[in-house]
This record gives sequence, structure tokens and C-alpha cells, in this order.
Amino acid sequence: MWVKAGLIPLLMSYLAALVLMVLPLPPMLEMWRPDWLTLVLIYWLMAIPHRVGLVTVLVLGVLTDILMGSGFGIYTIALLAVAYPVLRHFQRFRNQSLLQQTLFVGLLVLVKRGIVYELEHVLNDAVFNLPYLYPVLTSMVAWPWVYLLLRKYRQHYAIR
Amino acid sequence: MKSLFERGPSLRTRFLIALSCASLLLFLDHRLNAMQPVRSFLTSVVAPIQYLAVLPQQVSDRVDYILTTRTALRIDNERLSNQLLELQMAVQRLNFIESENDRLRQLLGSDVRGTSRRMVTEVVAVASDPFSHQVVINKGSSDGAYVGQPVLDNLGIVGQLVSVGRTTARVLLISDQSHAISLRVQRNDIRVLAQGTGNLQKLALMYIPHSTDIAVGDVLLSSGLDQVFPEGYPVAEVVDIDRNEQFQYARVSVRPYAQLDRVRSLLLLWPGDVDEQPVFDQPDGENSQGEQATKEVTDVG
Repeated sequence: MWVKAGLIPLLMSYLAALVLMVLPLPPMLEMWRPDWLTLVLIYWLMAIPHRVGLVTVLVLGVLTDILMGSGFGIYTIALLAVAYPVLRHFQRFRNQSLLQQTLFVGLLVLVKRGIVYELEHVLNDAVFNLPYLYPVLTSMVAWPWVYLLLRKYRQHYAIR
Repeated sequence: MKSLFERGPSLRTRFLIALSCASLLLFLDHRLNAMQPVRSFLTSVVAPIQYLAVLPQQVSDRVDYILTTRTALRIDNERLSNQLLELQMAVQRLNFIESENDRLRQLLGSDVRGTSRRMVTEVVAVASDPFSHQVVINKGSSDGAYVGQPVLDNLGIVGQLVSVGRTTARVLLISDQSHAISLRVQRNDIRVLAQGTGNLQKLALMYIPHSTDIAVGDVLLSSGLDQVFPEGYPVAEVVDIDRNEQFQYARVSVRPYAQLDRVRSLLLLWPGDVDEQPVFDQPDGENSQGEQATKEVTDVG
């Protein structure tokens, strides 16, 4: 079989992340929505970098562009910029404590949102507002839970 | 694990290739607008994700519906029939005035306004991106929707369609930063342009000289001059005017009538002068209660 073990659970985790990105929330919580897709992607890039690579990032980026209604390529470029340092340093990243990882993830999400804002600003004259950066905080809060949950998930379904 | 010695091109090379692919996409889409067919195809591809995202809400609505008591339904029914009675009485008067208006326009030699058609649609997804205020609706090209079509709710204009898939379409809200709409003040017919600010509760009027006769509380209607939105629908109310002479123009903030933060049911409008026509479901093809809301309504506008 050319389908490697654990492909379906892997795809399911992407699907869950994409659904969480567009799940309707009350306006109060809306601006605090963690960047689920980035978190899930960072985990898989770190855990199985020989399997989840830049092609996955490209495909997910294009899907996010469509889901978010932004121009093609905006989220793709931002996600690629997040993926590169993770792939470059995945061995160091794996051995860090959860706290260090959380800070690193916060930085990555900040960079990602910065890139999205810059591209939107250049292409569509977007105006910056501070609530756009709130998800950086919630993503940092969510990271340890995403990490522990996905590790359990990966071990259970033997995704290698 | 063969991650110690990678094979193939180095990570940096792969990264640069991927980045140039993404940049090419960006260029093709933004500069050349060559991606519209791909976009409508992919819109259909991601439609299941959007339907999945609203599933919890639909389930809770359904449970809510099942748990509604008979008494509550009866009270609701009574209220609705009273409302219907009032609206029907208003429509009688309106029909008379409409036909009179048509006759007067004929006497003056102007064109009689064509009838427009509407279709009820439900919002299936909201994009959480603050830089683009968009919602996705459950009608698409198979229902006759087209790019640039005006979308309304029961209080006013909501936005227009920017991309249309087979069964879903994307509405750009009037509060989006890249959206502007041509309006006129109901009181004195002054023409103004309202641009979105990225805030759902606020639009900004552009290029208003300090001396313009515009006051807080003025009602702004669509002017029809932008060739997208039909004339005469309510859009916004003036809430704040800053006539600080430091600035070249007066700063006028207006609040949209449409409840852009809690859109659920929307109306798609086919103005009388467009070629596209709505495609209504066959009555026997209806299966859910959402489909029953899709019925033909005609009016003059």
C-alpha cells in the first residue's frame, strides 16, 4: 500500500483545525480565537518533519486563503514563514521545555500575523488595530494543551 | 527516521521554491486577476468545512426548535399573524402608490422601474479575519447568484457578492475596509460616499466639505449611482460629525442599519435591470426547513 499508516488521522487533525478557524463564535470571543491551524501545523512539523513538509504547508495555506476570503498567497506565505524556522530547528524545539516552546510559538504566531497584516496593508490598504494581536496570547495559552493532546493522538494512532 | 541525513535538495532550497510558488499565486491573483476560475472551484471544495463549522449551531437550533412548547408557539403565531395583517395593510397602500408612480413616470417620459426579485439565504460561515469582513451564504451559481449582486437584511443593505461557488457564495460586507458605497441623504439628496472602516458598527463618509448640510440623525439611502446597489434602500444613520478645520474634510461617522455582527438570514436581490435570474428550487425538492424559506417575492425597487 502506498498509503502510510496514520494518514487518515493526520488529515482529520488538519480538518479539525480548519473547522475551528471558521467556527462561528460570539463577537466577544471572536477576537480571542487562537490560531488553531498554526498550532496544529507547528506540532506536526516538529514531530514528524520527514513526513509533513512544505508541500503540506502550501496546500493548507491555499485552503486557508480560500476559507478566510483573503487574496491567494497571503496566508500561504505567512504559514511558510512559520514553517521554515520550525523545520530548521525541530530537534532543538523538541527538547525544549513546554514553557520555552510556548514562548517560541508565541513569537511564531506574532510573526505570522505580522506578515498577514503587512501583505494586507500593502495589497488592500488594511488598517492596523490592536485586537488583531490578541490571538497571539490565546495561542500561547492553548499551545501546551494542543501539544499534549496531539502527542497523545499521535501515539494512539501511531502516526510516524 | 532518516532526518539526520536529508536527501534531495536542502531545506532552504525547498523553502525558497515553496515561497516563490506562493508569491506567484499572490501575483497571479492580485495583479492579473487570473485566479477567478480556480477560486470558484476551491470555494466549492472548502464548502464542506464551512458546513461542518455551522453544524453545532444548527444542532442547537434544532434542539431549541424541538423543545419549544405549544404555548410559546401559539403566542408566537398570534404575534406573527398580527404583524402580517399590519404589513398587508401597508402593502395595499404601497401597491396603489406604486402604480400611480409608474403612471406619473410615464407621463414625464422616464423609464418605469423594473421589478426586482429576492431570495432568502442563510449565512453558513463567518471569516474571522479582521482585514476582510466577509460571510459565506448557502446560495451559489446554481441558484442564479452572480458576482456583484446586492445582499440585504430586513433593516438595510449588508453588502455584495464577491465570489460565487456552485452552492456557496461570499458576501463582502459594507463595513470592509475595501468597500465603498454611494449614498444620498434622505433629507436633502446630497450625494456622499461611505467607506468601510473595519469596524462593524461604523462607516466613514469620504470627501465631505465642512460646509455640507448634514446633521446627526440624518438617514442615508443607497443612491443607485454605483450601478451595484438599487436605489432607495436604507443603509446608515449619521451618528457623529467632527468639523475640525484642521482637517481638509469633515469627518462623519455613520452607523449601518443592517446588523452586520449578527447576520443569520439574508436576502439576495436581483434588480430589475440585470440579465441574471434567480433559480428557485422545485417545491417537491424541498427537504429541510431552511429550504422552505426560499420562496419567490417580487417588489418594485
